[in-house]
Amino acid sequence: MNSAEILLILPELTLTIGGLILLMVAAFAGDRVAELTNAFAAMVLALALGLLLQGHVAAGPIFSGSIRIDAFANFAKILIYGAAIISLLLAPRFFAREGYRSEYPILILFAALGMSIMVSAHDLMTLYVGLELNSLAAYVLASMSRNDSRAAEAGLKYFVLGALASGILLFGMSLIYGFTGSTNFSGIALGFAGAGKLGVLVGVIFVLTGLGFKVSAVPFHMWTPDVYEGAPTPVTAFFASAPKVASVALLVRVCIEAFGGAMADWQQIIAFLSMASMLWGAFGAIGQRNIKRLLAYSSIANVGFMLMGLASGSAAGIAAVLSYLLVYVVMTLGSFLAVLQMRKADGEMVEDIAALGGLWRQRPALALALAIFMFSLAGIPPLFGFWPKLLVFSAAIGVGLIPLAVVGAIASVIGAFYYLRVIKVMLFDPPSGVEFPVSGGWMERGVMGLAAAYVSIFGFVLVGPLAHATHHAASALL
Amino acid sequence: MMQIIAFYLFATILIASGALTILARNPVHSVLWLILAFFNAAGLMLLLGAEFIAMLLVIVYVGAVAVLFLFVVMMLDIDFAALRSGFVRYLPFGALLAVVLAAEMLFALGSWRAGGVQLAGRIAPVHSASSNIQQVGELLYSRYIFLFEAAGIILLVAMIGAIVLTNRPRGGVRRQNVAAQNARRPKDAVRLVNQPIGQGVEL
Repeated sequence: MNSAEILLILPELTLTIGGLILLMVAAFAGDRVAELTNAFAAMVLALALGLLLQGHVAAGPIFSGSIRIDAFANFAKILIYGAAIISLLLAPRFFAREGYRSEYPILILFAALGMSIMVSAHDLMTLYVGLELNSLAAYVLASMSRNDSRAAEAGLKYFVLGALASGILLFGMSLIYGFTGSTNFSGIALGFAGAGKLGVLVGVIFVLTGLGFKVSAVPFHMWTPDVYEGAPTPVTAFFASAPKVASVALLVRVCIEAFGGAMADWQQIIAFLSMASMLWGAFGAIGQRNIKRLLAYSSIANVGFMLMGLASGSAAGIAAVLSYLLVYVVMTLGSFLAVLQMRKADGEMVEDIAALGGLWRQRPALALALAIFMFSLAGIPPLFGFWPKLLVFSAAIGVGLIPLAVVGAIASVIGAFYYLRVIKVMLFDPPSGVEFPVSGGWMERGVMGLAAAYVSIFGFVLVGPLAHATHHAASALL
Repeated sequence: MMQIIAFYLFATILIASGALTILARNPVHSVLWLILAFFNAAGLMLLLGAEFIAMLLVIVYVGAVAVLFLFVVMMLDIDFAALRSGFVRYLPFGALLAVVLAAEMLFALGSWRAGGVQLAGRIAPVHSASSNIQQVGELLYSRYIFLFEAAGIILLVAMIGAIVLTNRPRGGVRRQNVAAQNARRPKDAVRLVNQPIGQGVEL
């Protein structure tokens, strides 16, 4: 370790030190300063984001091979910090009724720290430490509203299933360590060259199972709808954006850097996860009546499309996954911002899709924004959500995964049904009689408007820089 | 040779007692099997030349099992009378485990003196110049410094989480107020009465 290595982890150090200082403030000043803590936490994240944008990268792993600061990690971290800032912005008003708590922004900071360790991991131990840091903060965030029984259920369910997944992951790691003699990704990649591949392969399957749970890929997705529905909406928005980026990026890094020698083996596992997620995400969402559950299934289906890019295993595929992550985060956060606008005059949240009837006549701008997000999530061509889907499809076809691409296309068409149903309810159904007064500050509505503008046709304007950034990031891995 | 025999002995008993931990119907038996499993794992560590980890395993895990035992007794609605009445019945079982443990400890110490076990080539050679604790410490603060600090943050987050989820305002709870408790004088709390015999007590 030397001072140059310290300088490379400045964003992480900023989050840690900022989190510790705010923790002290929160411990002594209590919940009275919660909104102030929130603003400062957002500033700490913005500072870390600013440090990241300088684009410092290390040539190789640092801290004795524990972590890697490369363009891939930086791209993922930018998305993570950005999503965390947005989740902080929309929290105080939501929790205003039950009292906003100072610990919320601090836990978000530490969760962001854990995710940034995850995407930089170059060692199985780093991977696990980052994952646990993120998960522990997430379990607490999910059950933060103690008086809401649904939130308590969500937190408990998330915790129990998360602990099980961590156990499976650790078991796989111990097998991999036993058979390759290293926990370091470079060491594991070397170990694949040796004989006795069967044992390692069992380990790989266990590790992919554990990570599959974290990205909520079918068949390890069972927790997602319940947790997304039960957790407070800002927390759900956070879960659906930043941790998704972190765990998908982590999965990509593990598959390419550590298991690169067994690509033919993990490729079929990832392809199966991708296929199952796309199909089940589409079919499962059809019967949903709650908008948060619907978005949960939507996130499952979207993870399926991202895994299709990973399954191709090529540089184009990885770049497509990164593009997909960016657009997905914008679409999802935008949708949740719109969901947060749907509250009655007395402040009660409306999550029932049927209650959105006639929203078009009451609040045309909100209905238009939500319609743009839904069209974009469905991947309908003129909108920007179509672009990353096209990239993953072309990456999959590029390496000859035609059946996977066909299943993806079918799932995409089925999935369009439930997105369009939301639009149909808003635009054509008779008014449901629920009043939605204008709520939220200019900041929330401004961010929602920007997100809607980006995922409508305006995103195409920035396709050039995006392609450059994602290819640069992907080339850091391959 | 002795180390190999010791290894297979410990490994066999470890797996058997691990299986019996989850198969035993009686939770008290389960806990006893668990203790046996931890002791055997510690024996394996001793054979590998990791004395520090072996001692940690015994102190931390067996200590934790004592707490676990309390939880089992508290939470599983076990009839204490029935438990005590079974003391004589459990005595042979407990004594058997104690004998096994004592014999194993002697065996482990004997084979520890005979040198480390050579089952396969080690990935990282062990320097015998410095003690176990020193080596662990040196690694933690140099090679694994990043992970060590990150693990510290995890514990901090766990602590914050536990406090956030359990310390909440709710009615009907009398919280400790040190100043008020200290300011209370005997004359406010105690009343001396010369009680006449044969009459009721006035409260």
